Amino acid sequence: MVKKRIVINEEYCMGCRVCEVYCVTQHSASKNILKAYKGEYPRPASAIVFEQKGHISFALQCRNCEEPPCVEACLTGAMYLDEEKGYVLHNRDKCVGCWMCIMVCPFGVIKPDLENKVVASKCDLCIEAEYPACVAHCPNEAIKLVEIDG
Amino acid sequence: MDKIRYLIIGNSVAAVNCVEAIRGYDTTNDITIVSDEEPFNYSRPLLSYYLGGRITQERLPFVNRDFYEKHRVNLILGKRAERLDVSKKEVLLTDSTLLSCDRCLISVGGVPIVPPIEGFHDNIEGIFTFLKLKETKNLIDYIKRETIKDVVVLGGGLIGLKVVEGLVERGIKPTVIELMDRILANTFDKEASSIIEERLSQGGCKVIKEDTIQGIETKGGKISSIFLRSGKELTTSLLIIAVGVRPNLELVKGTPIRVDRGILVDRFMRTNIEDVYAAGDCAQGIDFLSKTNAVIAIWPVAARQGRTAGLNMSGITTEYPGLFAMNSVQIIDIPTISFGITNPPEEEGYEVLKRQDKTKGAYKKIVLKDSRVVGIILLNCIERAGVYGMLIREEIDVQDFKDQLLGDDFGLLVLPKDFRKHLVEGRGIVV
Repeated sequence: MVKKRIVINEEYCMGCRVCEVYCVTQHSASKNILKAYKGEYPRPASAIVFEQKGHISFALQCRNCEEPPCVEACLTGAMYLDEEKGYVLHNRDKCVGCWMCIMVCPFGVIKPDLENKVVASKCDLCIEAEYPACVAHCPNEAIKLVEIDG
Repeated sequence: MDKIRYLIIGNSVAAVNCVEAIRGYDTTNDITIVSDEEPFNYSRPLLSYYLGGRITQERLPFVNRDFYEKHRVNLILGKRAERLDVSKKEVLLTDSTLLSCDRCLISVGGVPIVPPIEGFHDNIEGIFTFLKLKETKNLIDYIKRETIKDVVVLGGGLIGLKVVEGLVERGIKPTVIELMDRILANTFDKEASSIIEERLSQGGCKVIKEDTIQGIETKGGKISSIFLRSGKELTTSLLIIAVGVRPNLELVKGTPIRVDRGILVDRFMRTNIEDVYAAGDCAQGIDFLSKTNAVIAIWPVAARQGRTAGLNMSGITTEYPGLFAMNSVQIIDIPTISFGITNPPEEEGYEVLKRQDKTKGAYKKIVLKDSRVVGIILLNCIERAGVYGMLIREEIDVQDFKDQLLGDDFGLLVLPKDFRKHLVEGRGIVV
């Protein structure tokens, strides 16, 4: 089976954070960049963890581990492995915000919504779109989509 | 009598992971699960959320209803495994059914610890332990029926605090009684405990320390007050005993299976008896940090042990890597995550880094030994918790970036570049 994965390259990242803007937009109700930032509450959290220090920066998303520790640790079944696509996905309706996934994710890429006690964001490779928004809008190919044999 | 290929006793997270592991390699041989509980599946750690009214009973299962059918598991519910004959590989159930098997997993979990209390017996109304669904349902019914307002929780450890979490969501402000000089003494250090204690009392809960319940008094068959060792007396209409759990060894008692605190297992989840495996809260397997066998009664350990057992039972030799203690618990509005050795003994070569941010109410502590992270406490700053856990598991030498471990911007960027690249390289992924 061919699986899609997002690959990042910190050498190419310019730290523009455009990926975050488009991630938020894609996961908003309107899918419109202006409306998403101006008229929507709550605004969805970006599923990207952006890190920067000096000249080094990168934007990291869920790595979609082969044996995902977040799925193993999930108390509710909210975090699950989609067999068909090979992605780790999150079902918000089942989540209780126990933060077990945050405790075990070695990349620290799952974000909590502490107020509403639910996982706020977890990269879904833009499952509803043709192409992940961060990949599509990265101006420098620091974020790329690759296909691997699973 | 047909022999069962794989017999799993218990139906919680270790059992489910065992089934998944077996079915990954063996799609033909039969699997039977026996459980003394009635529901087809439920997640025990969710019971505190159920108690708090955050979720309904329909949301308690952690697998879909068709899981057992899909994995072709014969599910026997509401019957307890009473006796185990290891020489014949036979298990006798409460209704006298005799099951015979080739390979068996014991994943029967834990039982609540009930300390000796004068005047205590099973028929007093208003006293509960907190472990299984049935008693939690009874507890909720009781709170509603008796319109309970005043509750005493015995035990200020993780289970006690999970109960408190649930009660507070229900609008009840319990009194917590803790034997040690601080709550969460096994999980936290002094600073973290005192932050939590302060938040509890701000939230209207009372914490009584260095004390325990000696006796109880009843009125009309119901609990009415408790007497503490210190001589204090408290009136209460509900007592929840949440001191902790110990491994359930009922089934293995009188068998040649070796036990210590729990059922002793090797790195393949095997007991000393061939084809008999154990996993989860009843098992005592290798602890990654101490390198000795320890009972670590947490969900991720049960899951991994169950999976490892399943693989080995189906002939795929797999070693359990050994995990370490880790917990995530929210106290009122303070999310906390901790790992490993959080309160190291003095003068044994441990180094402690800590930082308290009073404006944010955040506290971070890192325990190092030989330049490796061995323990973490995070209060109100859990966002990148898993990265710290990874440092422990990968035994990364942090000497060169030690000063950055406590920072708000701690993340993968502080790691050496080579390691970071190695880390993000998944199968087929180059960075």
